[in-house]
Amino acid sequence: MKLIYEKSRPGRRASAIPRPEGLPEPEIPESLRRAEPPRLPEVPEFELIRHFTELSTRNFGVDTGFYPLGSCTMKYNPRINERLVTLPGFASLHPLQEEDGAQGALELMWRLQEILAEVTGLDAVSLQPAAGSQGELTGLMLVRAYFDDRGEGAQRRKVVIPDTAHGTNPASVTMAGYELTPVKTDPRGNIDVEDLRGKVDEHTAALMLTNPSTLGLFDENIEEIERIFHGAGALMYYDGANLNAVCGISRPGDMGFDIVHINLHKTFSQPHGGGGPGGGPIAVRKMLEPFLPVPAVVRRGEDEFGLDYDRPQTIGKVRGFTGPFGVFVRSYAYMRMYGPRLREMSETAVLNANYLRARLQDAYELPYDRLCMHEFVLSARGLKREHGVTALDVAKRLMDFGYHPPTIYFPLVVPEALMIEPTETETKETLDAFCEAMLAIAREAAGSPETLKEAPHHRPVKRLDEVRAAKTPVVKYEFERHPEAGGEPSAVAAEAPKGV
Amino acid sequence: MAAAESYPEDLRYHPEHDWARVDGDEAVLGITWFAADALGELVHFEPPTVGATIAKDQPYGEVESVKAVSDVIAPLSGEVLEVNATVVDAPETVNDDPYGNGWLVRIRLSDPSELEALLDLAAYQQVLADQ
Repeated sequence: MKLIYEKSRPGRRASAIPRPEGLPEPEIPESLRRAEPPRLPEVPEFELIRHFTELSTRNFGVDTGFYPLGSCTMKYNPRINERLVTLPGFASLHPLQEEDGAQGALELMWRLQEILAEVTGLDAVSLQPAAGSQGELTGLMLVRAYFDDRGEGAQRRKVVIPDTAHGTNPASVTMAGYELTPVKTDPRGNIDVEDLRGKVDEHTAALMLTNPSTLGLFDENIEEIERIFHGAGALMYYDGANLNAVCGISRPGDMGFDIVHINLHKTFSQPHGGGGPGGGPIAVRKMLEPFLPVPAVVRRGEDEFGLDYDRPQTIGKVRGFTGPFGVFVRSYAYMRMYGPRLREMSETAVLNANYLRARLQDAYELPYDRLCMHEFVLSARGLKREHGVTALDVAKRLMDFGYHPPTIYFPLVVPEALMIEPTETETKETLDAFCEAMLAIAREAAGSPETLKEAPHHRPVKRLDEVRAAKTPVVKYEFERHPEAGGEPSAVAAEAPKGV
Repeated sequence: MAAAESYPEDLRYHPEHDWARVDGDEAVLGITWFAADALGELVHFEPPTVGATIAKDQPYGEVESVKAVSDVIAPLSGEVLEVNATVVDAPETVNDDPYGNGWLVRIRLSDPSELEALLDLAAYQQVLADQ
């Protein structure tokens, strides 16, 4: 496909704007004026429309196909969410609107907080963090504020993280100024409790845990883990990335967790995968509430809602205004559509994952052979050993079948990992078709491994040279390197350039 | 061109897939073929600084491929005498020649008795068989 600049011809325009007459010359100093007009593509309107329409068909998203990208919860995002978020009362609201003119928005945020508190089994919620990673950092700042307040801040320097953790966990720990204590995974895929016991003491500030883990397994020793941490006076942080597995079934607060972040863009259907915006609210136990970010959204009377800045022990603000409001509207709409049946969302997500696991575990390897939660991790280790076919090859070949590949090479404890999360959205027909593709690929690995090595064959872009992309990334378009593309706005190309 | 699988007899191994070639009170360290193969072609090596002290079983540097960033674990303790500039410039040298030109650092041993805790070839191959 050609670039829009390659379609550019001098003088072509999408619109003809009359030259203004009788207006005073704008007072822009000479030093700030362009010497040359900006280099914009010159195309007629229909070329512009065709170009971007064509480009949009090269995209892949939940709206175009099955997207079992493990740990990302790429569920379908209902259209009603978009309808509601564009209601003028929401869409036209200014973030500096006085409280009395924003009662509906404040009530929605307050009600969302109440639902999140119920889902997590905790007492107080801040909607401010803009993503899971920021929720983690905010949570660790709360841990610090809590221990500083108790005079234990200097003593408690360590945060415990299992070796299956999302990469953001150790990154957040480091960014928050804590020291990392890694803990191993046992043969059943749980935290190695014996390893843990020797690592938790009076210097431990917190545990960060995803439950179910990135292996898609619910930690069977969570009660013992809770006793170890709370017994040592430490706090427990729940990475809510995998909350889609347990909504309405088990609550992090009941497991003993003191702080939870919720990924609204995963579990509660805010569209994601295109760069955001996300939403990473945090829910906390009562004793941590005084430290939450300001402003807090509060209910002042039966029908009055407001923003409370009077929190002397707050860690401060973590995001502009009150957080990503459009995300709140979509997530609230989504939850209210389920209502008390939210549990069915998680039950179906777990059922779908187990259906795929059962159909695929013989053709691939299942390193932790247990009932899974909302996702599971296969290994292509056997295919690699016997046929030289890697998880990357399997993923690339899946694209030829029209599916987004699963997450690969994560978690790190599984060699040649393929992490599959179907979500609750999909029909049995889609799940079966995906299984048939995965089984066909396993057969191809034995029969014609070169087909997989060279995949994808039927996509707009072939196999990328990832090593070269990592070593010498080209992150901007350089006209000097593409003399055939457009050239100077004034230069007239006699003939259409051939594709690059 | 990635090397074929091999594990030299004359090296000492660490279960985290690191090797040491000991010569008197010095040792050259690197990662094994298994580690290099599991990571895939390396795109970056973050070395320790010359003169730094490294400790057995602790990370002393990082290697990065398109799959993952991974700590490099020190099989022995000591002071870094030299960093392999070839690998810094061309990290894929590790994949091409993990026990030769793809060595990572040269150190002066601070506790030669640590050698006894390292694995010989047979013991390391047992580690690999359990992977």
